[in-house]
Amino acid sequence: MRFTKDHEWVVLEGDVATIGITAHAAEQLGDVVFVETPEAGKAVKAGDAFAVVESVKAASDVYAPISGEVIEGNTALGDAPETVNAEPEAGGWFAKIKVADPSEYEKLMDRDAYEAFLATQ
Amino acid sequence: MTMQNVGRPTRPDAETSAQGFTSLAGGRGLLQDEPLIFELGGWSKTGVDLPAASADASDLAGLTREAVALPGLSEPEAVRHYVRLSQKNHAIDLALYPLGSCTMKHNPRLNEKAARLAGFSDIHPLQPVSTVQGALALMDRLAHWLKTLTGMPAVALSPKAGAHGELCGLLCIKAAHEAAGQGHRRTVLVPTSAHGTNPATAAFVGYAVQEIAQTEDGRVDLADLESKLGPDVAAIMVTNPNTCGLFERDIIEIAKLTHAAGAYFYCDGANFNAIVGRVRPGDLGVDAMHINLHKTFSTPHGGGGPGAGPVVLSEALAPFAPAPWVVSGSDGLRLAEEATGPAAQAFGRMSAFHGQMGMFVRAYAYMLSHGADGLRQVAEDAVLNANYVKARLCDVMSPAFPDGPCMHEALFDDAWLEGTGVSTLDFAKAMIDEGFHPMTMYFPLVVHGAMLIEPTETESKAELDRFCEALRALAVAAKGNDKDRFKGAPHLAPLRRLDETLAARKPKLAWKPDPAGGA
Amino acid sequence: MRYLPLTPDDRAEMLGVIGAPDVDALFADVPAAARLPGPVDLPHHAGELEVERELSALAAMNRTAGSGPFFCGAGAYRHHVPATVDHIIQRSEFLTSYTPYQPEIAQGTLQVLFEFQTQVAALTGLDVANASMYDGSTACAEAVMMAQRVTRREKAILSGGLHPHYAATTQTIAHAEGMQIVRQKAAIDAEAAVIDAIDEHTACVVVQTPNVFGVVTDVAKIAEAAHAKGALLIVVTTEAVSFGLLKSPGEMGADIAVAEGQSIGNALNFGGPYVGLFAVREKLVRSMPGRLCGETVDADGRRGYVLTLSTREQHIRREKATSNICTNSGLCALAFSIHMSLLGGVGLRRLAEVNHARARELKATVEAAGLEVLTPRFFNEIAVRTKGPAAALVEALLARGVVAGVPFSRLDPAAGLDDVLLLAATETTTSQDIAALAAALKAA
Repeated sequence: MRFTKDHEWVVLEGDVATIGITAHAAEQLGDVVFVETPEAGKAVKAGDAFAVVESVKAASDVYAPISGEVIEGNTALGDAPETVNAEPEAGGWFAKIKVADPSEYEKLMDRDAYEAFLATQ
Repeated sequence: MTMQNVGRPTRPDAETSAQGFTSLAGGRGLLQDEPLIFELGGWSKTGVDLPAASADASDLAGLTREAVALPGLSEPEAVRHYVRLSQKNHAIDLALYPLGSCTMKHNPRLNEKAARLAGFSDIHPLQPVSTVQGALALMDRLAHWLKTLTGMPAVALSPKAGAHGELCGLLCIKAAHEAAGQGHRRTVLVPTSAHGTNPATAAFVGYAVQEIAQTEDGRVDLADLESKLGPDVAAIMVTNPNTCGLFERDIIEIAKLTHAAGAYFYCDGANFNAIVGRVRPGDLGVDAMHINLHKTFSTPHGGGGPGAGPVVLSEALAPFAPAPWVVSGSDGLRLAEEATGPAAQAFGRMSAFHGQMGMFVRAYAYMLSHGADGLRQVAEDAVLNANYVKARLCDVMSPAFPDGPCMHEALFDDAWLEGTGVSTLDFAKAMIDEGFHPMTMYFPLVVHGAMLIEPTETESKAELDRFCEALRALAVAAKGNDKDRFKGAPHLAPLRRLDETLAARKPKLAWKPDPAGGA
Repeated sequence: MRYLPLTPDDRAEMLGVIGAPDVDALFADVPAAARLPGPVDLPHHAGELEVERELSALAAMNRTAGSGPFFCGAGAYRHHVPATVDHIIQRSEFLTSYTPYQPEIAQGTLQVLFEFQTQVAALTGLDVANASMYDGSTACAEAVMMAQRVTRREKAILSGGLHPHYAATTQTIAHAEGMQIVRQKAAIDAEAAVIDAIDEHTACVVVQTPNVFGVVTDVAKIAEAAHAKGALLIVVTTEAVSFGLLKSPGEMGADIAVAEGQSIGNALNFGGPYVGLFAVREKLVRSMPGRLCGETVDADGRRGYVLTLSTREQHIRREKATSNICTNSGLCALAFSIHMSLLGGVGLRRLAEVNHARARELKATVEAAGLEVLTPRFFNEIAVRTKGPAAALVEALLARGVVAGVPFSRLDPAAGLDDVLLLAATETTTSQDIAALAAALKAA
C-alpha cells in the first residue's frame, strides 16, 4: 500500500489500482455522511479531484494519486458512507483505476514514509 | 377566636424533591412535545371560511389536479400549534444573544407598526407610480441616509440580503472592468478571515479566489496583499471592522494599493454597526459596500430572514448599478426600471420589483428614531459593550488579540480550555443551560476554536454583568474538572444535542405518511 | 435615546473597568483622517410620536390596493391573510430569533421549516423543497444555475411566457456565471415554443404556468422533449394559490419547480419581502441551493430537527458552494406555512376555485365592454388587448378611481406589446369592483 500527502492510499494489483482515504484522514473528517465516487470510464490524471467525501462539517475533494481510467466506483458507499469510518483502508475504498503508468505508483510514499510525514504535521 | 382550619396548604411540603422527576406523559410541564401538523388529523379540515365557488372549471378541463393532500387546522388549533412551537425558541427578547457577526440587537416595535401601515403593506409594486409617491419618497430618503452615513454617492436598494448585496457589488465591479476594457481581470483577493459568502460570491460571478494572509495582530498582511495585487486582480473583498472584531488600521493604505493596481475595493459591510456615525467608508476609499439592514439598522432576523442588503457605490461604479432606482422629475418621483437613459449601463436586474420595501420602512423608522446623534451613540455603545465583556472575561478566557481595543465584538480562542477536556462547542452548549444563546463558534476560521461575542448596544450594563458572571462561573467549572456539565450540555433545553450525522446520512427532508397505516 | 440602555454613569464605570480614558480611545485604530468629529449632516433623534407622524404621512401618500377597485397582478397578488398569521409571526420567539444554528433552542423555527418544506413539496408535486429563497425571481435564477451544475451544460432556454423580471434576473446572474441564455420573444401562448429550441447543449428549459399573460399550460410534452435531450425542465409559478386547482409541476414532469409564495400568508409590501419556493426531485437534492431542514433525534432519542446537508453551503464550501445564498426568507416562510396550515388542502382548493370564478367574471365583463381577451386558458389573471397603449388606458381608468392592472410595457418595454394589459382578480375582488371597472371602461 502506498500513500500521498493528501491522505489517499493506493494498492496496485496488476495494472489495477484501488484507491481510498487513509485511516488518519477518516478520523480527522469525523463521521462521513456522503461520498461521491467517479463513474466507470472517466479518465483521470494524478492530482485531479476525482471524488468527494463529506462529513457534517466539511466537504473535501479526493485527489487521484495515479493516472488512468476509472473501472469502478464504490457505489456501495452511497448507501453506507459510514464504511469509510469503519474500514477506511479496506471496504471504504473509493475507486479502482486501470493504471496508465505503473511507475507512478513507485513514486508514492510507503507506510513508514507516510507515518513519518504525519508526524511532521 | 374563630377557628378556621379548612382550605389548601400554603407552604410547600419540605419532604419533596424534584430531583430525577419525570412526568407521566413524557413532557416537561408546560413544555410539551408538539406533533407535526400532519399528525394532527386535519386532512378534511380548514380554518378559513370561504364562500363556495360555482364549481364550473370546465374551461380548465384536463389542466386541474386532484385534491391537495395537506392538512388544515381550525384557528384555535393553529394558534396553539404555533405558540407551543414558539416556546421552543430562544430569542433576543429573552436574553442577550451574543452571536458575533450577526448583530442580534433589539428590534423596535415601532418599526413593525410602521411597516404594517396599509400605505406601505397594501401597495402593489406595479401600480401606477403616481399612486405610490409616498413609497418612492421613503426609498429616496432611505437612500439619502445610507449615502450620507457612508459618504458614498450612490446606492442600489434592490439586493435582498447581505450575500445578494455582495453579488450586486461584484457585478458592478465586473461591469465597470468590462466597460473599461479590463474584462481580463479574473481574480478576487479575500482575506483568510472572511465570511464564507465572500469567496462563494466571487466564485459565483466567475472569479478565481486568492487568499490574503493575516498578520499576527489579526489584520490584512499589507506585504502579502501588495505581492498579490497584479494586472489580473479585479477586486479585493475586505470586511471592516473585520471578522476578528478589529478595525483594519491600514485600511486607507489597502485602498490606495488596490486602486493603484487598477482593482476595486469591495468592503463587506456586515460590521458597519461598529462605526456608523463615526466613520464613513467613503472616506476610506471603499468602492462598494453592502449594508445588512437586519444588522446595523435593526430589522428583525425572523429566524433566518428576510434580510435586506442595499449596496452603496462610489462614483466609478455608480453608472453600473442595477435597475430599479428612484429618480426625481418635474411630475414627482419615478422609478428607472429599464436599462435605458441614465440607466443604460446598468448591469441588469437583481430580482423582480424594487427590493425589500418592508425592511426599508423598518430601517428608516430606526434611522429617524436615532438620528445622526443616536446612530453615533449606537456605534460607541456597541464598541463599549464589547470591550467591557472582553475586559471582564480576559482573566478567565483567552482573548485571541489581547492587545488594544476591539470594536463591536470580542474574540476569544480556546487556548484557555486546553487540558480541560472541554471544547468550544461544549462550552457554548453549556451557556444554554445558563439561559444564553451560544456565541458564534469556530468562526473566523483563522482563530483556533474561536468564540466570537457580540453583545450589541442594546444591552444594559446589568444584562452584560449577568452574562459575564455566567461565563465566568462556567469558565471556573470548565477548569475545575466539572466535565459532565459540558459534555452533556445542554441539559435544560427543550431538546438535548441532536444527531447531525444521522440527519445527513439518512436525509429525511419532508414528512411522509406512515406506510404501516396512520395518516 | 429609548433603545440605548446605558446611562452616562454606566459608561463611565465601564470605561474604568476597561481601563480606557474615554470612548474615543476605543476607536484608536481608526486612522485619524477618517474619524468624524461629530454627527453627520442628518436630523437628530426623534420620539416615537414624531417618527410615526412622518411615516404615516408618507404612507398616506400611497393609494392602497384595498381602497378601491384594483386589478394588478403580474407576479404579486392581493389576497386576504387571516389575522392569526400576523399575530403569530410577531411573537418574539419567531420574530427576534436568528437562523436555527443551535437546534436545541430553535426547535420552533426548525419544526416550522420541516412542515413548510413538506407543504411546498406537496403543492409542487415534487419530493423535496428547501427552506425558501429570497423570492420567486431569484429562485428562478438559482434553478437555472443548478441545472448547469447537474447537466454540466451551458445553455438555458427561457420561454416567452416567463415573467420578464424573472428572465432579466436570471439573465443577469447566469450570464455572470458564463451561461448562455436564450430568451424567447414574449408571446401570449408561448410555452410550447421552447420545444424546438432544445438541443444536446441545453441544460434546462424554463416555462411558466400560469404564465405572465395568465395562460395555463400542461407542460408534460415539454418535459418529455427536455428529458429526451437530457435537459431539465424548470417550471415557474408566480401565483401560488393556483397550486390549489392546477396540475402540479411535478405531476407534469418538472425536475425543478420554483414559485413566488407571496400569495399565501404575505402582504403585497410594494414588492418585498417575499418568499421563494424551490422544490426538486429526490435525486437532485445535493445540487440544490439554500437551507434544508431534516429530521433526526437528540441524545435521549427524542425526535427533533436540524439544518442539514449544509456542506452544499457557503459557510463550509466557500468558493465551491452551490450558491452564495446565506439566508432564507424565514419569517415570510413562517407566514406562508401558517396560512397554508389554516387553509389545508381543502381550503386552498376552495380559495383557488373562488379566484378562478372571480377571474371568469372579470373576463366576461371586460369582453362585454368590448375588449379582446388574449388568454385562452387562465387561472386568475388575463391579458387583454387595448385600443391604444395600455399604459394610457390605465391612467385614464385611474382618473376614474380604478387601478386597472399592469401594462405589459411596464415589464418589457421592448416587446412591442404596448397594447396588452394584464388584469388579475382574487377572492378580494368583488362584483362591485368588476362592475366599476366595466363602468370606467365605458366612460374612458
